[in-house]
Amino acid sequence: MTVTTITDAQLAPKDYASDQEVRWCPGCGDYAILKAVQKACADMGLVRERTVFVSGIGCAARFPYYMSTYGFHTVHGRAPAIATGIKLANPELDVWVMTGDGDGLSIGGNHMLHVLRRNVNLNIILFNNEIYGLTKGQYSPTSRRGTRSPSTPLGSIENPVSACAFALGAGARFVARSIDTQQAHLISVLKRAHAHTGASFVEILQNCVVFNDAVFEHITGKEVAADAQVLLEHEKPLVFGKNKEKGLRLKPGKLELEVAPAGPDTLLHDETNRPLAQLLAALEPPFPTAMGVLYCNPTESYEHDVYAQKSAAQGNGDLDALLSSERTWEVAP
Amino acid sequence: MTSTIARPRRESRDAVVIRFAGDSGDGMQVTGSQFTLETALAGSDFSTFPDFPAEIRAPTGTTFGVSAFQIHFGGRDVMTPGDAVDVLVAMNPAALTVEIEDLKVGGTVIVDTAAFTDRNLSKAGYAKNPLEDDTLARYQVLKFDITKLTADAVKPHGLSSREAHLCRNMWALGLLLWMYGYERTASVEWLKKKFAKKPVIAEANVAALNAGHAFGETAEMTEHLVGYVVPKADVQPGRYRTVTGTEGLAWGLVAGLRAAGIEKLVFAGYPITPASALLHTLAHLRAYGVVTFQAEDEIAAAGAALGASYAGALGVTSSSGPGIALKTEMIGLAIATELPLIVIDSQRAGPSTGMPTKAEQSDLFQAVLGRNADAPLAVLAPVSTADCFDIAIEAVRIATKYMTPVMVLSDGYLAHAAEPWRIPREADLPRFPISYRTDPEGFHPFLRDPKTLARPWVKPGTPQLEHRIGGLERDYDSGHISYDADNHARMTKARADKIAGIANDIPLQAAALGNDQGKLAVVGWGSTFGAIHRAVQIARDEGRDVSHIHVRYLSPFPRNLGDLLKRFERVLVPEMNNGQLVKLLRAEYLVPAESLPKVTGKPFQVTEIAQAIRKML
Repeated sequence: MTVTTITDAQLAPKDYASDQEVRWCPGCGDYAILKAVQKACADMGLVRERTVFVSGIGCAARFPYYMSTYGFHTVHGRAPAIATGIKLANPELDVWVMTGDGDGLSIGGNHMLHVLRRNVNLNIILFNNEIYGLTKGQYSPTSRRGTRSPSTPLGSIENPVSACAFALGAGARFVARSIDTQQAHLISVLKRAHAHTGASFVEILQNCVVFNDAVFEHITGKEVAADAQVLLEHEKPLVFGKNKEKGLRLKPGKLELEVAPAGPDTLLHDETNRPLAQLLAALEPPFPTAMGVLYCNPTESYEHDVYAQKSAAQGNGDLDALLSSERTWEVAP
Repeated sequence: MTSTIARPRRESRDAVVIRFAGDSGDGMQVTGSQFTLETALAGSDFSTFPDFPAEIRAPTGTTFGVSAFQIHFGGRDVMTPGDAVDVLVAMNPAALTVEIEDLKVGGTVIVDTAAFTDRNLSKAGYAKNPLEDDTLARYQVLKFDITKLTADAVKPHGLSSREAHLCRNMWALGLLLWMYGYERTASVEWLKKKFAKKPVIAEANVAALNAGHAFGETAEMTEHLVGYVVPKADVQPGRYRTVTGTEGLAWGLVAGLRAAGIEKLVFAGYPITPASALLHTLAHLRAYGVVTFQAEDEIAAAGAALGASYAGALGVTSSSGPGIALKTEMIGLAIATELPLIVIDSQRAGPSTGMPTKAEQSDLFQAVLGRNADAPLAVLAPVSTADCFDIAIEAVRIATKYMTPVMVLSDGYLAHAAEPWRIPREADLPRFPISYRTDPEGFHPFLRDPKTLARPWVKPGTPQLEHRIGGLERDYDSGHISYDADNHARMTKARADKIAGIANDIPLQAAALGNDQGKLAVVGWGSTFGAIHRAVQIARDEGRDVSHIHVRYLSPFPRNLGDLLKRFERVLVPEMNNGQLVKLLRAEYLVPAESLPKVTGKPFQVTEIAQAIRKML
């Protein structure tokens, strides 16, 4: 479809902030995400009146109130459905869905599945803090086994869902992962997501300072980050470690990744390779966590195809002709 | 029997009720529809009642697989599908056993003798063949080997015996068309179009149709096979067609879209019986600004419709009772954010899955009251299939003018039933152009029109009007989030006043029949209009002081409804539920309204209501 080319190049990040006081807990990772989104908007020169942020319910869902664009804070889990309606009504709008792990993968899991498989041209940003924050700390569908919370005092016995693996399984054609505190990386991922035609899915590992503090420390901590993250770049080797000395390669004879010293057998990242993206999405400690664009393989969006069908539709819009279609008869005066 | 009996002249009948009944694979619905069309083209008035099982293809020969189509037609104002059946066409023993109880004593039953095999008799629960004992002594039984007569007729076309068997319904149609002196032209045309890719099948069906007709005309017969004439109806001059409630709603939505001057209608639905037909009908109307979306569930359907309205299109969603229940939270958001949304409920018998193909009017409470918190919206109910068109236009008017969800209560009967409809011309339809707010001066999203109390409709994409809305309570004066106690009271009242104010913008309630005061008012709503109207007419002809009041606007009620009801000594409320409107009327107006419930999944019969009126007067 035609990508909007009108931009608002003069705007600064602060111009994308609304006049409303931000009410997340002090130290919440959401502040960093808000900052990154506003910076990305400014960098891309997004036109405020053509931009819509849609959210469901939860801490992340307050996001639209803090943007100076159009915004719709809706029903728990249902933002993808509402965003789909917005795009059907006006495909020209630039629509972002701001969601969380509970909103997007629990109560709204079904809608997430279908919006991704349909490939509606939306930017879907999922704040994953592995906890229900707004309802005071219950375990979420991404919480790891053993997570102790008010509703799991003995520890969660559920297996968590991997957001990126779920998105890939649903047929998403853009799947990426980033971290609240790594601003430069996050901003670049957001821009990539926006540039993608079709549904873009971005998981952001986000720290809940009150109910789940430091839950990603083993990935994001300054001391461990280099060894715990593999930063993905298209057609570049999948290397990590302080000196990029480690690499990911295929275990001989198996469809399985293994860590080995960086070298000629280190895999090159290929954003268009779905099986590779699935392997990368599934990596968890002791493997490094994959960060960046796991998969990007665009095709026409859902709403593009909806309108492309219109030309094949019957009828010419003449209401009188419609009402008189099929058999009619005259009753004479 | 010999053929020397002189064929009698056709007898005259004011109105007739025919029911075609057979297996769900026997084609009874198309037989009924084609008979309806020929009736219409002959100029008679009619009303139909398709009654089919929830099972798509129930095992053949079973009682739960019986599919029936009833048509009431004649010269006088036909308002219902008819109480008792004059002619029953029973294609097998199961159809006979299920439907015979509605046949008038002395009525005619036409059977296919070949279908009365031991196996079919046993499936239908007959210990002995009812055609061979006195089971049917009270009726005129016409026994024809329709199977063989059809097979003979289609023989030249070289069909398999299975294919030939499927032409039986056309033979029966041909015979019935002969009985009432109707043409076959439209049915022949329809067959040729339907089987355009299988001309042999088309020809065979036409042959069966013609054979049935010729059988009536020429064959050796019992004296019971009599031809009739039914007069033309005395109706308003004009151009007519048949219309189902589903078609009426779909076309009315398009007409409403035009009337409002809105570019696009986004209809989002999820498959559910009996509401799906609306999705199917609208899916063909892309050239009319309609975009249809089959969502992943009922909630998403409501959400997509609401999202479309937010973006400036007309959002419409539709379902049946259980699906409407799922949409409830989204409707609450539409109320909170004050966006137009049309929700069409094709009511069916419940609770829960209930009886999906059977009609009921039991979602009135759900429509008017069924949400968390104080969440008022407008509720309308069409009174006939033709009225579905007008009510859809009215729903668009109210939703857009008042920025509110509007619930339209149709039902499974209206959705499928057909009536003649005088086709309106677009030029004669109402106009109520809406305007989107574009002026930034003094704007906030909940700035209310002082007259309607509606907030402005702003399309995202409009410069300088960027704003945020949502389910959180908002400040009356700025639209920003507010948890202020007094503000919540003020907003709750504003939402209620806005809906209540619609009462000043709808017609006053008039009696559909009779005086606006007296001994008894019979008050109905929705698809019971015809039955109540006829019953009140009968009672009035008997000299009883009774009036018919039919309420199309159920929330808010017309502003004079309370005064009107209070001018009657007694109020009777027939409803296809266990007493819902009756309670709303009692609660609203403190009138001693009495309930006449019917919850069998079938429409009211005229006699049931007439009997209730006689008991009260």
